[in-house]
Amino acid sequence: MDLRFGAGKPTDEERAAVDALLGPPESAWEGADDRNDTDLRWARGGREARERRELLLPGLHALNDRVGWISEGGLDYLCRRLTVPPAEGYGVATFYAMFAVKPRPATVVHVCTDLACAARGSARVCAELERDLGPAGSAGSGAVWQPSPCLGLCERAPAALAIRAGETPQAAVVAPATAEAVADAASAPHDAPAEPPAAAAVPQTGATVPQGGATVPQTGADGPCPPPATRAGTDDAVVPAPGPDAGQRPENPAQREPRADPCAPPESSARRDTSVPPAGGNLVLLRRVGVVDPGSLDDYRTHGGYAALRRAFALGPAGVIREVTEAGLVGRGGAAFPTGRKWSATAQQPDHPHYLVCNADESEPGTFKDRVLMEGDPYALIEAMTIAGYATGAHRGYLYLRGEYPRALRRLRTAIDRARARGFLGEDVMGQGFAFDIEIRRGAGAYICGEETAIFNSIEGRRGEPRSKPPFPVEKGLFGKPTAVNNVETLVNVLPILIEGAQAYARTGTGTSTGTKLFCVSGTVARPGVYELPFGATLGELLELAGPPETLRAVLLGGAAGGFVRPDELDVPLTFEGTRAAGTTLGSGVVLVLDDSVDLPRILLRIAEFFRDESCGQCVPCRVGTVRQEEALHRIKDLTGAAAAGDIALLREVGQAMRDASICGLGQTAWNAVESAIDRLGAFK
Amino acid sequence: MTAIPLRPPRRLVDLTLDGEPVRAPEDSTLLDACRAAGKDVPTLCQGDTLTPKNACRVCVVEVEGARTLAPACSRRVEQGMEVRTDTERARHSRKVVLELLASSTDLSTTPRAADWIEEYGAEPDRFGADAARVDEEPKVDNDLYVRDYDKCILCYKCVDACGDQWQNTFAIAVAGRGFDARISTEHDAPLTDSACVYCGNCIEVCPTGALSFKTEFDMRAAGAWDESAQTETTTVCAYCGVGCNLTLHVQDNEIVKVTSPHDNPVTHGNLCIKGRFGYQHVQNHAQNRD
Ligand code: SF4
Ligand code: SF4
Ligand code: SF4
Ligand code: FES
Repeated sequence: MDLRFGAGKPTDEERAAVDALLGPPESAWEGADDRNDTDLRWARGGREARERRELLLPGLHALNDRVGWISEGGLDYLCRRLTVPPAEGYGVATFYAMFAVKPRPATVVHVCTDLACAARGSARVCAELERDLGPAGSAGSGAVWQPSPCLGLCERAPAALAIRAGETPQAAVVAPATAEAVADAASAPHDAPAEPPAAAAVPQTGATVPQGGATVPQTGADGPCPPPATRAGTDDAVVPAPGPDAGQRPENPAQREPRADPCAPPESSARRDTSVPPAGGNLVLLRRVGVVDPGSLDDYRTHGGYAALRRAFALGPAGVIREVTEAGLVGRGGAAFPTGRKWSATAQQPDHPHYLVCNADESEPGTFKDRVLMEGDPYALIEAMTIAGYATGAHRGYLYLRGEYPRALRRLRTAIDRARARGFLGEDVMGQGFAFDIEIRRGAGAYICGEETAIFNSIEGRRGEPRSKPPFPVEKGLFGKPTAVNNVETLVNVLPILIEGAQAYARTGTGTSTGTKLFCVSGTVARPGVYELPFGATLGELLELAGPPETLRAVLLGGAAGGFVRPDELDVPLTFEGTRAAGTTLGSGVVLVLDDSVDLPRILLRIAEFFRDESCGQCVPCRVGTVRQEEALHRIKDLTGAAAAGDIALLREVGQAMRDASICGLGQTAWNAVESAIDRLGAFK
Repeated sequence: MTAIPLRPPRRLVDLTLDGEPVRAPEDSTLLDACRAAGKDVPTLCQGDTLTPKNACRVCVVEVEGARTLAPACSRRVEQGMEVRTDTERARHSRKVVLELLASSTDLSTTPRAADWIEEYGAEPDRFGADAARVDEEPKVDNDLYVRDYDKCILCYKCVDACGDQWQNTFAIAVAGRGFDARISTEHDAPLTDSACVYCGNCIEVCPTGALSFKTEFDMRAAGAWDESAQTETTTVCAYCGVGCNLTLHVQDNEIVKVTSPHDNPVTHGNLCIKGRFGYQHVQNHAQNRD
């Protein structure tokens, strides 16, 4: 390798940020300022440094967290430390939306303009921010704001996230957002009101769900998490530990809005009277959310934690795979692939080591269930990953977490540290002679990194572009080795399977969709949130729980890559086979409810804009097709009938080629929702 | 004569192409099998000396039982595969892909593009006059070659050639994402400030003319470029003892560019800066001196 670095020098801050991650450089060969005697005799760094390329993404985070953007000198220094060609480092840095390679203020506010937030007034928040802080992307008063794809806070839409770079980076979630609250959070992220507890997103706990900010006191407050000071030097975007008023209700900003505001979102017609009766013993995956203290390992064990892992050790790896297979568990990330088959295929690969990757990059607009699970019951995911590692013969698990989840990151990090300190992770898990550890990898704002092979590239320090399959991950995955990739919800299902046994688990649900499913209900319902229902409940039953609007226009099932369902189709059973038979999909469990005030063409435009933004750009059908799709939808947004017919035909032709010829699921599904809106809802009729 | 390196014997697998049974070595691609059977499948990002990125998707074919179409350039043959190369569905995707490319980039110097556009009935204009284009100005920042990314289809070939597949210089990579993705040096610096060593191997593999010799670029601008008036002579590079083959492209008794035969088992079409660009001394005749 023949690497040439520019003349740019890192600032002291940048150097400190990188060195905190990688340790100080040993020689001038890997970036030290001065040559020492041995440097003159032999070269160092080289292959050894290159093997650490996987630290490129954490390194970029370190720079971005410290200064708010990535300078030439900073990037060059990081690349030199890891022997990464600077052109490639630049290519990776410019791939992710959360990084900037041009100077910008330390505080960046991301304002979600995606589906659920758009349906609840994000346009007004943006307009007000534009008035107060200037246009998006322009640096005014030490902060810059920018529109953002879904932040995974849809139950509290509209949502915003303020991130401030510095020695102790800070992040504040503002949801529901008003321009005022956003501006406050931007000027003092550490003083932002505490978020409601995770359980507030689970109406079935019997809690009243915030319809605009009211919270429910719950156990599981942030108390037990260590204060930010003890986490300095990590790549954590830290949210401050709450003060003594953590349990207080933040003022409800939405209620301050004058209802007559002409720019206000259409008043939802949802009935907002009653709260959902507690589900009692029916919750399986969510049963500990709001019950257990997410910071306490002992509390987790008191509530049944680590019984499943103990059972796994008793069964042996093959026994675990047998249980999971017999339980009929299929992946919950959208593809619905049988988990047992994936695990046994990975376990059987002769090539070693094996890896486990937990896909916690839920970025599908309208999805937030994994966040609620991770925030409310983090040890459950860690236990489940340990079981998956044991079954597949992996000793290392990567937890790929989307970059926009500061609280989940903090809680998982605490939980992993505590589990390790107590022997539930590490060289000898529970004294059973099985070595397993988990590393968290933070994404940096790229929906495509939720694609299973794009995750590998992202972890390896490359652009998060999907790989073409075959070869499949079970054969050649992370670092070219056999890898099992599972979504958070899928993994957490393994706990009840092992505790109750496959037969008991499979008694819930239908023949081919067993167990329970989490649904993320957002939009114009009285009680948005995560719902857990046995497979087989109908869409209508789910909506009844959430409080449907009086004048339902449509339900977007499965998210931006899913399809629309009409109000007269609410008896569609929520199973993989049932939704397929109805010509739609469960996808990752998104249920976005739209009442008749919704501007459907605008929603479709937003979907198209989303895919155009998130396309990795690798293949032509998707890179250019998503642009042409958005252009056509722009042209016809106010047209109907014959006036729109030509462009609809064009959309169909391009959509077909995207579905047939794109490399990965993003391009293949980008046209689904729009097509279903045209065919099933009569959009543009 | 081209040397044929010996390889261990390969097993043959049976498959059908458009209903005809064929046999192909087990690690060959569908494209190899198609070409062996005399079928013309269009390709852009595939290159004879590189591992295809399968990013352009003009080579897609229909594999029985698969949900999506498969890129012939990289999908390996499998026992019992039933492949259709010319179905309505495959032709439709190729047509749309050609339309998408031609509506966003300048394919005027892409060999065969015009033929394929005609063959597949592609109509790039139907996306309207306002269809977004790549819209890049040519980057002329050195005397040896020009990067005109308005013609770039993002096939990744130049990146692979500059990187770990041939040159190991890593001067260029893909930066940005989606429609904004571009081939770029670090921080978008001029080539002269980058790691580039001007081997020109990226020019050798570029399928669209987005990368071209400065001579060719200038002559095209002046309307003087005339391929039909050019002769090609393959000879041996005189600089060092390796013995790389050079193909001199000569127009009006002047060398206008230098390529290198890809089937040469030693160089596979790769050269260094001297072989590629150091030809001025050959034509340093009296009439060329000032
Ligand atoms: S379909 Fe889109 S996201 Fe997927 S590889 Fe192609 S360009 Fe990238
Ligand atoms: S001329 Fe050679 S070194 Fe320069 S960019 Fe092209 S391949 Fe890389
Ligand atoms: S410049 Fe040429 S070789 Fe490089 S990606 Fe573009 S079209 Fe391909
Ligand atoms: S947070 Fe806005 S749509 Fe989800």
